[in-house]
Amino acid sequence: MKKTSTTNTHFWQGNEACAEGAISAGCRFFAGYPITPASEIAEHLSKRLPQVDGTAIQMEDELASIGAIVGASWAGAKSMTATSGPGFSLMQEGIGYAFMTETPCVIVDVQRAGPSTGQATKCGQGDVMQARWGTHGDYSAIVLSPNSVQEMYTLTIKAFNLAEEYRTPVILLADEIIAHMSEQIVLPNPKTLKIINRRKPTTGEKAFFSSYEVPPMPSVGDGFNVVVTGSTHDQYGIRATADPLVHRQLVERINGKIQNHEKELADFETYNIKECKVGIVSYGCTSRTVYDVVQNAQNKGINAGYVRLRTIWPFPNEIIEKMARTAKIIIVPEMNLGQLYHEVKRATKGHARVEPMNKIGGGEMITPEELLTKITDEGREYD
Amino acid sequence: MTETFSPRKYLRGITPPFCPGCGAYTVTNVFLKAVHELGHEDLRKFIFCSGIGCSAWIPSPHFMADSVHTLHGRSIPVATGIKLVRPDANIVVFGGDGDIVGIGLSHFIHAARRNLDILVIMVNNMVYGMTGGQVAPTTPFKTVTTTTPYGSFEYPLDATKLAVTAGACYVARWTTAHPNEFKMSIKEALKTQGFRFIEVVSQCPTAFGRKAGFKDAGEMIRWLRENTVPVEQIEKMSEDKLISKIVVGEFAKKHRPTLTETVQATMREAKKKIEN
Repeated sequence: MKKTSTTNTHFWQGNEACAEGAISAGCRFFAGYPITPASEIAEHLSKRLPQVDGTAIQMEDELASIGAIVGASWAGAKSMTATSGPGFSLMQEGIGYAFMTETPCVIVDVQRAGPSTGQATKCGQGDVMQARWGTHGDYSAIVLSPNSVQEMYTLTIKAFNLAEEYRTPVILLADEIIAHMSEQIVLPNPKTLKIINRRKPTTGEKAFFSSYEVPPMPSVGDGFNVVVTGSTHDQYGIRATADPLVHRQLVERINGKIQNHEKELADFETYNIKECKVGIVSYGCTSRTVYDVVQNAQNKGINAGYVRLRTIWPFPNEIIEKMARTAKIIIVPEMNLGQLYHEVKRATKGHARVEPMNKIGGGEMITPEELLTKITDEGREYD
Repeated sequence: MTETFSPRKYLRGITPPFCPGCGAYTVTNVFLKAVHELGHEDLRKFIFCSGIGCSAWIPSPHFMADSVHTLHGRSIPVATGIKLVRPDANIVVFGGDGDIVGIGLSHFIHAARRNLDILVIMVNNMVYGMTGGQVAPTTPFKTVTTTTPYGSFEYPLDATKLAVTAGACYVARWTTAHPNEFKMSIKEALKTQGFRFIEVVSQCPTAFGRKAGFKDAGEMIRWLRENTVPVEQIEKMSEDKLISKIVVGEFAKKHRPTLTETVQATMREAKKKIEN
């Protein structure tokens, strides 16, 4: 008789699941600075990392935290930091440095209500655009959005895998609600986990900054005499701060290696998008309201469907356009004053009307009642 | 050591970007000579970190070694990450005064406090040279720079005092007019453990010297030599006399557990507790 094991089932907090996901992904270095609502990730990893021969350190600020994880990554470790809006702002220069030097690492931003100190303990979804455009210059980000404790675990692993595969920083854009709530999580068998590790150079290789879309990455201290710089550099890492061609090739390649893979990177779940007249596009905590409402809307005779995004950036254009070809109206509920709404509107290419639905303050979620009213009001004219 | 010294064997052969008369040439030469005299055939045992500024270009990309040229002020945090993952790494940070004790000051203090096992060589040219000669936290009082056209109205920071107070294990200050003493300090620092800090006061004839009223690099080096006081003599001197002097010498030489050691010891103890 087959026994059902319950030992892999836990009741965890989102931040705890994120920390455990990092360890399962092979993360062995964490550097961070305390900030609500992300501190539990630092606390949990400070306890857990030494148990797996890793290191966690509390740095003097977020500038140092991002610097330390970049250094750790170049020393060969999978590394991570976790913060919230204000700290995420401070890290932006370092994120650009990680992008320019093609340093795999994971940055967790547990969003809270900004701007500035805002409502520090309350949920918000206002960092969507910062995650994409936060650093200066031409930059492309991979940004993942979990909507459950389970996904705080699985998407953290995925963030590490993508960071290693694409040799780039990856942002896990969580939010206070998902990070602070506790719910059931079922851990997969470690043997079934797909873990990706960066490609290392072979002896004699010297070009660590091109000739491939994703070049091999040596570690410092391994005798490769690698030159790492955030200045524009040639394939050997040597600064070329005036050559137009070198800059063009480098910046186009490191953007292209992400933008050209929008389809592979797109990760979402859909419901009834082939039929729906009213579509909903959501992500993070807000998507949990959507689950509840779609069925109720259908019971009321409104043909509703949804796309729930796990990958926010690069923006999965294709699926939104597909939905827009059926839906007459697409509603974008967000806990901000309208951020991803603009992307959805662009991606529909005019095939559907796009309506924002925004709520901020006090960390109050958009309630099922509010969303249902919106759907009913907007959907009525398409009955 | 019988072999004659040539800095070339440690260099990539890329033309350095420094102005004629720049102190970075002396610093490069003295550092490599110290390394040579310690018996290193190459720089494989070292990892170099630097930030942004002229001095950050001393190792990157010129040294034939691993070098990480980081952001302005962030060389020490990056070195922290490397050192914690690779405790065996011998990390040397090069940086200017603006990089290390201007924008990066907090990291400098915290690395000394933690006793991060790295050597920091701060080339203090008393000015932001790369950006054209703006006032720095190290610029002497009343000096004319591009952003203090009427003379600096701030008092400079003494980085060595700060390093000693924060807990550094080895602290020294020399100038480019003291290449031999500077070399001895590098050798001493490379043989010691813990947070080690050497400040070398250097000439920037282009961005500092011209505005401050120096004719050329030679005159600046002479000024550096004539304006220094050995640390052993300062007790006899009044504060007024000292204010315009550069105090040189060794300011700290001690041992205390390094960050690598305290991390390892803490985890060993924790493991024991769990096992019992």
